[in-house]
Amino acid sequence: MPAIVVTLITIAVAVGAVLTTVAYLILLERKLSAWMQDRRGPNRVGPFGIFQPLADGLKFLLKEDVIPSEVDKTLFLLAPTISLFTTLLAFAVVPFGPVDQAPSFLRFIIAPGVDIGIVFIFAVTSLAVYGVILGGWASNNKYSALGSLRASAQVISYEIPLGMSVLGVALLNGTLNLENIARDQAIGGLWAWNIWTQPLAWLIFFTSALAESNRLPFDLSECEQELVGGYHTEYSAMKFALFFLGEYTHVITASFLSVILFFGAWHLPYIATPESAYAGAWLVKVLVILLKVFCVIVLIMMIRWTIPRFRFDQLMNLAWKALIPLSLANMIAVMCVLQFGWNKYWLGAISIGLFFLAGVIGVAAKRAEIRHRPAAIKLVGAHPVPSP
Amino acid sequence: MVAPTDNPDVIWVEEPEMGFWEATFLPAIVEGLKTTLKHVTNYQPVTQQYPEEKPKLPLHYRGVHRLNRDEKGRVKCVACMLCATACPANCITIEAAAAPPDWPDRDKFPASFVLDELRCIYCGMCEEACPVDAIELTHIYDLTGESRSALMYDKDKLLKVYDETKDDPRDPTRTRRGRLGPAADFSELPTVAPATPITPGDRSAKAESPGIIRPYEGSRDLPE
Repeated sequence: MPAIVVTLITIAVAVGAVLTTVAYLILLERKLSAWMQDRRGPNRVGPFGIFQPLADGLKFLLKEDVIPSEVDKTLFLLAPTISLFTTLLAFAVVPFGPVDQAPSFLRFIIAPGVDIGIVFIFAVTSLAVYGVILGGWASNNKYSALGSLRASAQVISYEIPLGMSVLGVALLNGTLNLENIARDQAIGGLWAWNIWTQPLAWLIFFTSALAESNRLPFDLSECEQELVGGYHTEYSAMKFALFFLGEYTHVITASFLSVILFFGAWHLPYIATPESAYAGAWLVKVLVILLKVFCVIVLIMMIRWTIPRFRFDQLMNLAWKALIPLSLANMIAVMCVLQFGWNKYWLGAISIGLFFLAGVIGVAAKRAEIRHRPAAIKLVGAHPVPSP
Repeated sequence: MVAPTDNPDVIWVEEPEMGFWEATFLPAIVEGLKTTLKHVTNYQPVTQQYPEEKPKLPLHYRGVHRLNRDEKGRVKCVACMLCATACPANCITIEAAAAPPDWPDRDKFPASFVLDELRCIYCGMCEEACPVDAIELTHIYDLTGESRSALMYDKDKLLKVYDETKDDPRDPTRTRRGRLGPAADFSELPTVAPATPITPGDRSAKAESPGIIRPYEGSRDLPE
């Protein structure tokens, strides 16, 4: 089959699958959050509400598309498209199956052989914040502007630990190519999964990815209690839906990256290994990676309904005082291990050690702060005390 | 103003020191995730499926009004205007007329009685003001109309509401003051249960007439 046809099929499958999945992920999220809160969730459209995404999509298309009169029209229209376009573009280099065992008509990665895969993803997904910033700025609404300001500060801060946590994996595997990272882990077997050598990096990556995709507990750019709706206050109908799609696609990409970088991509011992050659092995492998991604997404959803939103200074503290130093230390540890040729499994122990060290430092810092806090001043006699 | 540190009622609390595991966040997050998961695995929804399941409203619920009939089937209202006067929303319009000659027990009756259900705030003051127990609020809450004029309830509609609700155990003729009114021959009125459901151990259930709560005179300590 000519390469162009395969590419078109792959693009159609990937984009179609992602967008449909997003629609049903929203349903899943609504259902899950309902279950977590002892509610029932959407259950009116079709059995168990399974046609709710269709109804939602129809509603988004048919609703009045309001463009407020004083907005900067070009940027206002551009912002949601940037938001969705960049997140979808990042998906181009994400392998969603065993790339070298693909059937002839499909390729499991839209753009194969991109040697700077990880860098490409981070470059493109950090452009997504332009959608947020431009949307908030063009809306001519102070709450939108505040939301987008918060988003820019947050995304720029979390970009650093996100990138540095992945650098360790890239160093260990000696490549930035996501296909090769996936393949190396599959060939090495269960104990080659990067989670064993880089658990701390995964924790940092996962936290930063949540912050990057503006998910709770890091959704300060759209927190309803303070900012009405944040950057998308003025958006309605399909333009709002594009923002929403962008956010969810970001979640999917981040989950895929998490699985590919740390959890062995499509590899599962005994069932989906590079040697497994039974008929339909490629399908099983695709299902394995999708299952892993699904687990990560459910974890993200559970975290959303478990942890309350951070305060902005706490958010910045977490990034600059905890995640960035930790990821730096982790990266230096990886460099040392590679330079001096030690066993790479020491890195797991080093990660745990670093984690405990961070905890100890946190406790010590808090204690010192409490010790040096000025005591409450006794106000005896300062004010007349009325007799009861 | 009493300074906070002088006031004996103020307990001065210092921020507790953070332990090691607290500082790492992780155990708290895992604990929280467990709680969240427990709600999914042990799923007990509390949502009421409204159109299929109707809510059990408390007995003192104030819904759509009705105009009661007396034992001869006539409208009980004597057009005294007390409800219209008491109404804070000014939603009752009564036109009084001389009572027909074969109604010897009263001087006036309402020639027209119009209640704007859209203006009403359902405070129940008309019910309290009425000296003959003619106007009362029922448990009907799902009131809809296709136009504003459809929700201007006149005498006929209000009497129809009475015919619909008089046999509902939740909507007995409730107020007792009307016993003294000129237009009623009732000597006994149904005893109304307390407004909200109560447990048998509650002191309001032990009252001579359930629903009347006297000032509490016993010990303030909680029972064991």
